[in-house]
Amino acid sequence: MRNKSLYIYGVIFAALAVAPLFLNPYWVDVLNNVGLYAILGLSLNLIVGHAGLFNLGHAAFFAVGAYTAAILNTQFAIPVLWLLPVCALAAGLFAAVIARPIIHLRGDYLCIVTIGVGEILRIALTNDIFGVTGGPNGIFGISRPTVFGYVIRRPHEFYYLIGAFLMITIFLFHRLENSRFGRAVNYLREDETAAEGSGIDTSHYKLAVFVLGAAWAGMAGDIFAAKMTIIAPESFSFWESVVMFAIVILGGSGSIPGVLLGAVLFVGLPEAFRDFADARMLIFGAAMVVMMIVRTEGILPQRPRLYPLPGPGGAGGKP
Amino acid sequence: MEEFFQQLTNGLAVGSIYALIALGYTMVYGVLKLINFAHGDLFTIGAYLGMTLLASFALHETIGPFLGLVVLALMVMGLVAVLGAIVERTAYRPLRESPRLSAVVSALGASIFLQNAVMLIYGARFQVYPEGLVPETSVDLFGLYVPVVRILVLFVSLALMAGLYAFIQKTRIGTAIRAAAIDQDAARLMGIDVNRVILLVFLIGPALGGAAGLLVGMQYGQINFTMGWTYGMKAFTAAILGGIGNIPGAMLGGILLGVIEALGSAYISIAWKDAIAFFVLILILIVRPTGLLGERVADKI
Repeated sequence: MRNKSLYIYGVIFAALAVAPLFLNPYWVDVLNNVGLYAILGLSLNLIVGHAGLFNLGHAAFFAVGAYTAAILNTQFAIPVLWLLPVCALAAGLFAAVIARPIIHLRGDYLCIVTIGVGEILRIALTNDIFGVTGGPNGIFGISRPTVFGYVIRRPHEFYYLIGAFLMITIFLFHRLENSRFGRAVNYLREDETAAEGSGIDTSHYKLAVFVLGAAWAGMAGDIFAAKMTIIAPESFSFWESVVMFAIVILGGSGSIPGVLLGAVLFVGLPEAFRDFADARMLIFGAAMVVMMIVRTEGILPQRPRLYPLPGPGGAGGKP
Repeated sequence: MEEFFQQLTNGLAVGSIYALIALGYTMVYGVLKLINFAHGDLFTIGAYLGMTLLASFALHETIGPFLGLVVLALMVMGLVAVLGAIVERTAYRPLRESPRLSAVVSALGASIFLQNAVMLIYGARFQVYPEGLVPETSVDLFGLYVPVVRILVLFVSLALMAGLYAFIQKTRIGTAIRAAAIDQDAARLMGIDVNRVILLVFLIGPALGGAAGLLVGMQYGQINFTMGWTYGMKAFTAAILGGIGNIPGAMLGGILLGVIEALGSAYISIAWKDAIAFFVLILILIVRPTGLLGERVADKI
């Protein structure tokens, strides 16, 4: 069973690794967007899928990352890839400041506050707050990323940059899922009171997972800014948050393969619906409802954790 | 001072519209614990239906302006109510036992579907309401000139809210709705048909939302297919502000939000108008985490 799924992942990985050789730049760019949304989806999955926190404003953290990169790059000419940790820090700090007073709120209150923060940030960016965000036109002239002196410019090259980032994300988040931290966060999602009773500092873990997810979205924002070279407030509307949220829930909350599949469906399918032109979004909305009804837990839900029973005489396996 | 009172009456009118929409959110939340994201779009559909019915029947010209508007409002409310019940049947009922976040995605999908359906039918541009529905004069209220439409909007919404409040508090069906909101299983054991209560909530909420759409059309004269999002979010904010699930809370929250927003955009900055509501919300939730009239709920262990 385990070997079989490893085999499948291996084939998919190999196919994706050579895919740009056979695709035209347009489709490579679509794949790049899928990759970017997969990273965003995975970061939101920590918050929504694993901790069960209701975040419908994830685009705000993505925006903080993208704008941090854009401002520092255009004003001080710092290479964009060097800014990755700075973007993570900025988005994480922003998340910590807004989440600290509200993280203990019940689910739906948190939902409206995250929507609200997203909207406030978008309006602030449009109103050219502090005179550095460029107002509704945004910021342009962000420089291309360079890796060891090699400038990444074409979609094919971005494909491997985003791909590498996605691989690192999957590896780290997979390790996190199976760590003490991952188990604690899952516990508080299932039953907060019981988790607290078992000595888990729930607000600490909630805040930590929220900040971590936001910081990761900030790094995705940095890559996005480098890829687009122009960023504007419309790229970070409520709609983006809805897409990220739907990727997580529809793909299968708490499950990495589910989120990846969700990103493929959500970013890839609208491309396939292009022929329907105006009715595209109509079909999209209907498809969201139908898919949710057919697979209420998402397409590939999180599998229950399996632990071997301790052997006789207490010599048992490690948990 | 003149300016202040003008903004105050304006805020009261807008706020009463928020309150009408907020009632739909809060009632659905009370019974199902679900944020009905499609509610804002039902409100939009109310506005568009009102425009279509006005253009095709011209009731206000044949049977007089007052009776015409009343019949029009009843038609809009009825149609939107039926649509609300259809949304409940197709998008929410199959997900009643499933994880709550799944229902939220379904609600978002229904919202996207309705919004785009309106766009495909009526086009993406602003649509204009017929002129001369309500006399475009102002009434002298203690030296303050207030447009008739504003008074009409305020009066109609307050009347609808009073009617709803009486219905919820005084009738047997209203009692059933309150019971289902407190504890569905206990209500079921007491012989209340919870499915019918939910259906009823999905008839009343959208009916009020549709009426609000008609009022917005009459007050501002132009409507757009995306307006459900802005009004819907403000109304939902109002519902949370008052304490979600709480009917008087939604009314209070809506009116308060309308007034704060009108005064804020007049005296602070018009560019930040849409952000003010959320600022207020965050501030209030920090001080009172369950909203103004919400009760503290202790966790059951």
